[in-house]
Amino acid sequence: MSDFVRGLRLWFAPERIREEGDTPDYRFSLANERTFLAWIRTALALIGGGFAVDQFLPGLAWGVRAGLALGLLAAGVLCALRAVDHWVRCERAMRRGEDLPASRFPALISLVVAVVAVAMVVVVLFGWEGR
Amino acid sequence: MTTAERDPGLQPERTRLAWRRTTLACTVVALLAVRQALHGGTAPAGALAVALSLLAWLGFLCVAHRRVTGMGAARPVPLSPRHALTAAACTVALAVFAAATLF
Repeated sequence: MSDFVRGLRLWFAPERIREEGDTPDYRFSLANERTFLAWIRTALALIGGGFAVDQFLPGLAWGVRAGLALGLLAAGVLCALRAVDHWVRCERAMRRGEDLPASRFPALISLVVAVVAVAMVVVVLFGWEGR
Repeated sequence: MTTAERDPGLQPERTRLAWRRTTLACTVVALLAVRQALHGGTAPAGALAVALSLLAWLGFLCVAHRRVTGMGAARPVPLSPRHALTAAACTVALAVFAAATLF
């Protein structure tokens, strides 16, 4: 947990990253940056999905629509925040010459996406068109 | 960019394209946000919503532009945490805006 807090402090005091270890080969940093961007794109796609559910499924009951949209939006926010966290931790691990951090997050996000997808299928099959 | 020590793996170019792709995704989401705001009735709230989502989009665009121009150097400097945070914050702002307009 203290490791988590220290990581969080790194978010807001970025110059501290530069203090430890050696600067890695710039190509590794760029690869890390691209991974970060890929996660940001995933977050943007989830958020876009949230907007789309709200805008393009007006026939759904409000509760169902809001639930689906909020699920997607929350997943998007989580994804964006986690992108920064993972990027900081990878950068630090590279500077210290440690192993890159392992993560449970991909499994988590795929579960969330699967649940939302199943919910969509159920909604489409049973047509909850309340008003 | 000096051709002598150009990276054969084209890492700066790939990173630049990654920023472009991400900017494109951000633009799509910002457009959806504006569309949402334009459909949602009252004038002052709608205008504020459009302004806020455009602001988030501009923030993202700014960071992306800096990185894209930074990739022209022979040895690009690594992404600064402040830029990473700004990009993520703009993404989160769009999501918060979407959640706010649900109600």
